[in-house]
Amino acid sequence: MNIVHAKTWLVGTMFFGALACFWGGHLAPYPLFVVCNIGISIVMAVSLNLINGHTGQFSLGHAGFMAVGAYVSAVITNHYNESGPVLAGLEFAAALLAGGFAAAVAGLLVGIPTLRLRGDYLAIVTLGFGEIIRVILQNMDAVGGARGLSVIHGYTNLFWCFALAAITVYVVAGLVQSTYGRGFIAVRDDEIAASAMGISPTRYKVTAFVVGAFFAGLAGGLYAHSTQFLTPNGFGFMTSITYVVMVILGGMGNTAGVILAAILLTLLPEGLRMAADVERLPGVATLRPLAWLVNTRMILYSLLLIILMLTRPQGLFSFRRHPEKPSLL
Amino acid sequence: MIEFFQQLTNGLALGSILALVALGYTMVYGILRFINFAHGDLFMLGAFAGYYVAPWLARALPLPSVSGALVVLAVSMLFCAIIGLLIERFAYRPLRNQPRLTMLITAIGVSLFLENGGQWLLGAAPKRFPLLLPAWGQWKIAGLTMNSNQCVVILVTTLMLLALRFIVLNTRMGRAMRAVACNPDAAALMGVDTNRVIAFTFALGSALAAAAGVLFAINYPSIDPLMGILPGLKAFVAAVLGGIGNLPGAALGGLIIGITETMVAGYISSTYKDAIAFAVLIIILLVRPSGLLGKRENDKV
Repeated sequence: MNIVHAKTWLVGTMFFGALACFWGGHLAPYPLFVVCNIGISIVMAVSLNLINGHTGQFSLGHAGFMAVGAYVSAVITNHYNESGPVLAGLEFAAALLAGGFAAAVAGLLVGIPTLRLRGDYLAIVTLGFGEIIRVILQNMDAVGGARGLSVIHGYTNLFWCFALAAITVYVVAGLVQSTYGRGFIAVRDDEIAASAMGISPTRYKVTAFVVGAFFAGLAGGLYAHSTQFLTPNGFGFMTSITYVVMVILGGMGNTAGVILAAILLTLLPEGLRMAADVERLPGVATLRPLAWLVNTRMILYSLLLIILMLTRPQGLFSFRRHPEKPSLL
Repeated sequence: MIEFFQQLTNGLALGSILALVALGYTMVYGILRFINFAHGDLFMLGAFAGYYVAPWLARALPLPSVSGALVVLAVSMLFCAIIGLLIERFAYRPLRNQPRLTMLITAIGVSLFLENGGQWLLGAAPKRFPLLLPAWGQWKIAGLTMNSNQCVVILVTTLMLLALRFIVLNTRMGRAMRAVACNPDAAALMGVDTNRVIAFTFALGSALAAAAGVLFAINYPSIDPLMGILPGLKAFVAAVLGGIGNLPGAALGGLIIGITETMVAGYISSTYKDAIAFAVLIIILLVRPSGLLGKRENDKV
């Protein structure tokens, strides 16, 4: 992907997002919500891919960064009450950025232990950081604690989701493809060789965590203003796992694959839910047997996950003949 | 001072249960170098096996009684050992030669499957675990209150740790396990049937998790299909804390996490106790990056 090409894609997607947003009023709220979730998943999965896939640092705490971004941006927009689309848009952008920066600071804190830890030890420490963030939020009365926080403004729309997803893909892909960014891949492939070549693994690891956390914070802001209700438990360990699964199914370090996996894995549970709901539509009452999907869709999801891993362990969308073996864990 | 020792006793009981679960994590890690995320759910299955076996068994044996409790414990351990074998055979063995991350995701899939399947099959509402042990009541020793169930937990855990130590250090299979943990290829060349050893390790770890599940349910008699998540996570923390792959380390880590958690819940705030386990872990790992008893692995160029 050369850089001019990438810029066309970036502008094109943002334009498409704006158009889609313009017409989005005609969509029912539920599909709109699902499409926004896809955008959020792409931001999360692609930013996690920078840490896990490109830099090879196994992180299990990405939802923690998302939580920081979500709460910070929600507190900001709850505090100010701008009227008019332009001011509201500016306020939302500022809140998102603030959330992103707060998450980046958290990423810096998490990045520091990576200097000494690797593999499983790093995985458990990032998991721990994510859980600590969750428990701290649960105990913060100012943001509602375990009761949750209502977000007043539902600013998130298709434009913001598409635009931020496009920017995330552009920045992460551009960063990794750049001369500087080759260092991420060098650190993943062989840390000792990389440092022998004058690349500082420390610096690359911390950069990956900070950049990844920043975008996770943005995604958190989008999420907050899409669901309009936040609970600390929504950002637990399982949420992090969901995004890790997207990265791995997409094929570690394969940006296009990760995007596809993010779309697929967001649609899958929703699709199963919709399939189960079909019988409620007028005229198709004969599809009653699908009703069992309501209770079993998460079982099907987990079974599909196992089967996909067993049949395509190199990732769903990796078609290289000799898949690179990520040297993680 | 009395209160401190009281918390210490409570922590010891909780820590013993965590230690049993942590041993399963660490054994599997020692041999396959992979985190079996479904291990916490075997803990849950163990408790549920006890729940369903106990009324059925009550027809033949008097319950609550010591012998009945032991039989329930044995049956649930056997059941989970079989489940562990099945999981290893069908979910993990086909991926043996793939990157370990693939196995990790499969393990997460298995864990989700057991949790959601459990909710579907067994019902999501918490169930009351039957009384297995006669209530001998509480003893007061020098001002300390000790629950008979806590004593049983500590006693059973100690016995199991000794048995495990015997299996690993003094039997043929234990020697094979250590050989495979040290170098699977070399062990296979020396005539060790690695598949059998790995299957045995899974069965052993699952049985310990089941025992922990039953002991947990005796102490906290409300069980539900998601009960394995948090103890599983904490046991994993305990295993890493002690140095993952190291058996005494897992036991030590379990005790440390259990005691710290009860201390924090008792003296600071019970809402922070889940975070404290992780905070302790992070601090210890920053000082000793491969855990308390873990061996420092040197990088080979």
